[in-house]
Amino acid sequence: MTDLPILRVIAKFLIPFILLFGLYVQFHGDYGPGGGFQAGVIFAAGCILYALVFGLDGLRRAIPPAIPRVLAAVGLILYAGTGVATMLLGGVYLDYARLAADPTHGHHYGILIIEFGVGVTVAATMLAVYQAFAGRGETAED
Amino acid sequence: MDPAVETAIHAVLLALLVAVALIIARSRSILTAVMLTGIYSFLMAGVFLMLDAVDVAFTEAAVGAGAATVLGLVALSLTSDREAPPTQARWPALAAATAAGAAAMYAVFDLPAVGDPDAPAHTHVAPRYLAESGEAIGIPNVVTSVLADYRGFDTLGEVAVIFTAGIGVFLLLARRRDRPGAEGGE
Repeated sequence: MTDLPILRVIAKFLIPFILLFGLYVQFHGDYGPGGGFQAGVIFAAGCILYALVFGLDGLRRAIPPAIPRVLAAVGLILYAGTGVATMLLGGVYLDYARLAADPTHGHHYGILIIEFGVGVTVAATMLAVYQAFAGRGETAED
Repeated sequence: MDPAVETAIHAVLLALLVAVALIIARSRSILTAVMLTGIYSFLMAGVFLMLDAVDVAFTEAAVGAGAATVLGLVALSLTSDREAPPTQARWPALAAATAAGAAAMYAVFDLPAVGDPDAPAHTHVAPRYLAESGEAIGIPNVVTSVLADYRGFDTLGEVAVIFTAGIGVFLLLARRRDRPGAEGGE
């Protein structure tokens, strides 16, 4: 944890906006630039900034290390599961048109769901990798 | 935008890219190199922005300048930030890099001009995507339509790659007591 008050105050001020911007990029990707990949990285960057300023233990308290590990798989399953769901609804794999009565709405839902899956996996993988790296540094200092 | 202004911005960005690349190659401090690769990615994002590829620019800024730099810095925290002095002659590497760069430059002249409507990339499936995706998929950002819908299988594969890479790094690097069930199995 850093003792520099300016860094701590600025980080505390910025992190909510970074996370909010990540969510905006996630769910506004249909209309503007962005999507799951960018949103996932931005969201993870906000969490990593927290860890850099308030220490890895602070991040562990906010997000227990088991959560990113599980979420990395959950995002991928959400994506792959959307394909299975469209098959169960009578279409082919990832045939989003089956997700709603109106095919255009189905495509829209499909894209929102799989982009969310992408975002979850990317953010969780970034965090898990960061925690794995940074955790090693702690061991070396022990 | 005025074409002259556009050319000038391109020239400045590309000159800065070359300068940053040279400093990275010359730098003995890996910390400096990691920070400069972040700046390099950010300049690349500017170039993509000038080419009207906003989604690519966004990804480059987030992943190249953000994620890669952070991962480089945490990796650096596990090791020394001084590059080991070279143990063998470096001119073969320089020759290989120069030859590859010259070959790439030679190939550039065969590429269609930026924005050429007759370029192969713009005459295959792109016209169909542009013409019908607004109606058929109903979202304005064609890049998202292509990425998540027309090329949904590709993107699923990409996510699987990210997941697999993350699991691999995690299994290699995680401390034993962080792993579930590691208490008894040392």
